[in-house]
Amino acid sequence: MTITRDPRTPEAGTRGSGSAWVGRSIRRVEDPALVAGRGRFTADLAAVHWVRFVRSQVAAGRIEAIRRPAGAHVVTSAELAGVKPINPMLHRFGYVPIGQPVLARGEVRFVGEPIAAVVAASAGEAEDLADEVVVEITETPPVIDARQALAAGAPQVHASAAGNVIVSAELETPGFAAAREGRRLVSVEVRSRRQSALPLEPRAGHAAFDPASGRITLTCSTQMPHLMRTAIADLLGMREQDLRVVAPDVGGGFGQKMSLAPEYVVLVWLARELAGSVAWTEDRRENLIASFHSRDQCIRLEGAFDADARLVALSADVTANIGAYSCFPTTGAVEPLMALAELPGPYDVRAYRCVARGVLTHTCPMAPYRGVARPVITLATERLMDRAAAALGLDPVEIRRRNLIDTFPYVSATGLTFDEASYRQTMEIAVAAVDLPAFRRRQTAARRHGQFLGIGFATFSERTGYGTPAFAARGMEITLGWETVELTMDPSGYVEARIGASPHGQGLRTTLAQIIADEIGIAPGQIKVVHGDTDRTPYGFGTFASRSLVIAGGASLLAARKVRAKLVLLAGHLLEAAAGDIVLAGGVATVAGTDRSVPIETLARAAYHQIQRFKGEIEPGISASATYDPPGTFSNACHVAIVEVDVETGAAAVERFVVAEDAGRIINPMIVDGQIHGGVAQGIGNALLEEIVYDDSGNIRTTTLADYLPPTCREIPPIEIHHLETSSDASVTRAKGVGEGGAIGAPAAVINAINDAISPFGAAIDEMPATPQRIRAALHAADKMRDPMESGQEDA
Amino acid sequence: MNDRTEITLTINGRAHRIRVEPRRTLADAIRDDCGQTGTHLGCEHGVCGACTVLVDGEPVRSCLMFAVQAQGKPIRTVEGLASGDQFHPLQRAFMEHHGLQCGFCTPGFLMLATGVLEREPDISDADLIDVLASNLCRCTGYQNIVKAVRAAAAEMRQSPG
Repeated sequence: MTITRDPRTPEAGTRGSGSAWVGRSIRRVEDPALVAGRGRFTADLAAVHWVRFVRSQVAAGRIEAIRRPAGAHVVTSAELAGVKPINPMLHRFGYVPIGQPVLARGEVRFVGEPIAAVVAASAGEAEDLADEVVVEITETPPVIDARQALAAGAPQVHASAAGNVIVSAELETPGFAAAREGRRLVSVEVRSRRQSALPLEPRAGHAAFDPASGRITLTCSTQMPHLMRTAIADLLGMREQDLRVVAPDVGGGFGQKMSLAPEYVVLVWLARELAGSVAWTEDRRENLIASFHSRDQCIRLEGAFDADARLVALSADVTANIGAYSCFPTTGAVEPLMALAELPGPYDVRAYRCVARGVLTHTCPMAPYRGVARPVITLATERLMDRAAAALGLDPVEIRRRNLIDTFPYVSATGLTFDEASYRQTMEIAVAAVDLPAFRRRQTAARRHGQFLGIGFATFSERTGYGTPAFAARGMEITLGWETVELTMDPSGYVEARIGASPHGQGLRTTLAQIIADEIGIAPGQIKVVHGDTDRTPYGFGTFASRSLVIAGGASLLAARKVRAKLVLLAGHLLEAAAGDIVLAGGVATVAGTDRSVPIETLARAAYHQIQRFKGEIEPGISASATYDPPGTFSNACHVAIVEVDVETGAAAVERFVVAEDAGRIINPMIVDGQIHGGVAQGIGNALLEEIVYDDSGNIRTTTLADYLPPTCREIPPIEIHHLETSSDASVTRAKGVGEGGAIGAPAAVINAINDAISPFGAAIDEMPATPQRIRAALHAADKMRDPMESGQEDA
Repeated sequence: MNDRTEITLTINGRAHRIRVEPRRTLADAIRDDCGQTGTHLGCEHGVCGACTVLVDGEPVRSCLMFAVQAQGKPIRTVEGLASGDQFHPLQRAFMEHHGLQCGFCTPGFLMLATGVLEREPDISDADLIDVLASNLCRCTGYQNIVKAVRAAAAEMRQSPG
């Protein structure tokens, strides 16, 4: 293991020094176009027709009539009669399939559900006309909260899903009750309110019909172009070959753009009907009410601890609000089922019981968001650890020290195999970095003059880069998993890498080039990575779940090895040496230990234009394809937050944030740190600020960025990062994923720190976001503080 | 609705003669009528700052200004930041310090920072954070944006103009 700190100075990626490119902070090839304003985003495309969607203004009801303005082109479910509903499938845990018509048919089930598409010559005209469409709806009572939806007599969101339960899973390890008996029991109930991944670029789609070929090109802001092609072609009854999906520059996704938006299906249908180009860009209000939401979960945990404070049995109850429909391709079951499988987290506990359910409500459908269930799981386990530490008179670090897994491979109570990692080591590094004894002294001194500081820890695992077996175990109809990379070296010696993954800010064009460059001995600047176009790239599942660098990176390495094998064969022939003696470095093939060499570009020329030189023993051209389908690997980290809580206003501010993380081998330190920074910032926002608020009638109160509050640079303190690089056989590049970890650990660290800060008042908060109102309510409930303002403000 | 006015917008020194409705925002005019799509729209209600451009040297939210209001005033957008092949120090700093990931908010941050550093080259760190808090980024956690702007500020102080 090696420890590195702070990315090294970025270097230009063009000098062919022959040294290893992996591990260096080379500059991103993505950047020059983006800083020059030459990025190509979907909304930059011109179109003949523009669409505005008419959306439901009520949460539940029957559509009685839709009245169209005279002369307007309005499309409703009546026109889309032949279009199949979106209906993702899961073959386990009693999953109830739920169809979602792409435009509401007969009933509406959430505020924002698309009912009609209005087509006009400009976006403005379409919006004007949409305002004139009158939809008569007979309202029915909605159910908004998951726990209310489970109550007897609650309104039914779908007649086919009795009791509003779409999936219900139970698991109990043998001997659970015996393990729990006679132990010290500590429990906690955590809740994450509803949040939005909130990519800064709203969703946008542009569908264009090509009269010459009869094909349609859908350009859209998606993380999964190939799966969008499959899904849309299926729903519309098209051949996949007649649909091309392009993901150009995508302005952030964080999961929100991996699910199928019904609007895109309508755009392709319209392009076919109109034999022209049709565009739609959602506004921020649509994004906040009708693009996918996330989190909104409640987890009850009970831990049974032995006399040494070891967790010997863990019991969990998970309720996830999945909204009105089930998202494609993962289904809305992804959150509760991931909680079920991964809840014990990084702790060694053999006795485990869990009940997890996904509940339908009259709210915007949920979809994966950075971290998926794990930010809430981690909030639950980390609150449990802190509560247990307090109950057992231990330090929060000590109780974790006694419970973190430390022998590998470790097979969890739910059957997951944890590969080599560094749970304890990262925690010790983080604890040393914050100088815990010094902090405690400062905390005590500060309390004397009414300043309330707190420190919070979160240790967690981040399951990344998992392939087919992991997804097959979930029972999804569509088993996501592998990725393919195709490499071609052209006659000039430059390489094109075509990938099925679909990066949108992760810098994969840079990091994959680093991996390939090392293998075949050329500079990353000579390698162009092509992605986001179903016509140009091999089938793949896209970019999500901290998978691309592991899986597409692994496929890149495997394909590059094949190209390397071809190059050394070519060089061996030309240099009259054994292929095994050829070294590729710095753009040159050399016979090891000699000065006999040939430029790699000469090999490329020869492979295409002078194939006779190889006497019929080598096939022309240089290209290779490889697919990688790994078992999965666990990254790990410890996050530490130091916060100050203003007990008068309830405002919490993060003063310092430390991350000690281990994502295996680091390909580009600058990019890894950037992923962690971004994840932590989202986690801090999730912990303190961000909340989609519904009223009881199912209307959303948070429809602007003045109401839904992502953090600005003022709320994010400097983030200090320490790295370990544990080498794992579970990844062929030895790199593990790192995209989600920041967002997984940060909320728990911040909430634990707030609890530490307000502990002198006997107050506790187990909910995120911990808004000023909620912190004040917690202090008030503890009733340990005289309240000069006597606001008594209740939780919203 | 079709009551259009003819106006001239001067963007990065070039005159664009366009016909727009009075309600047309400057952002839409820059993007759709003048074809300068480097300016992005993230919220259309003046919070995210992705659409920030310089009008008369001052950073403005182009989604909150009507195109007709910008007539006769010099407008600068991200497309005009570089001089020929030479990137502006801020553009270079954003690349060197990894101040962008998806790149959607980047033009707005670049124009915000350009406007501020031209007006106040010696801005304090605390004031700079206050100014940069005007715009939203969802990818970077702001760490490297702040670092990049500070680095560019230092460079611009050393070789002004």
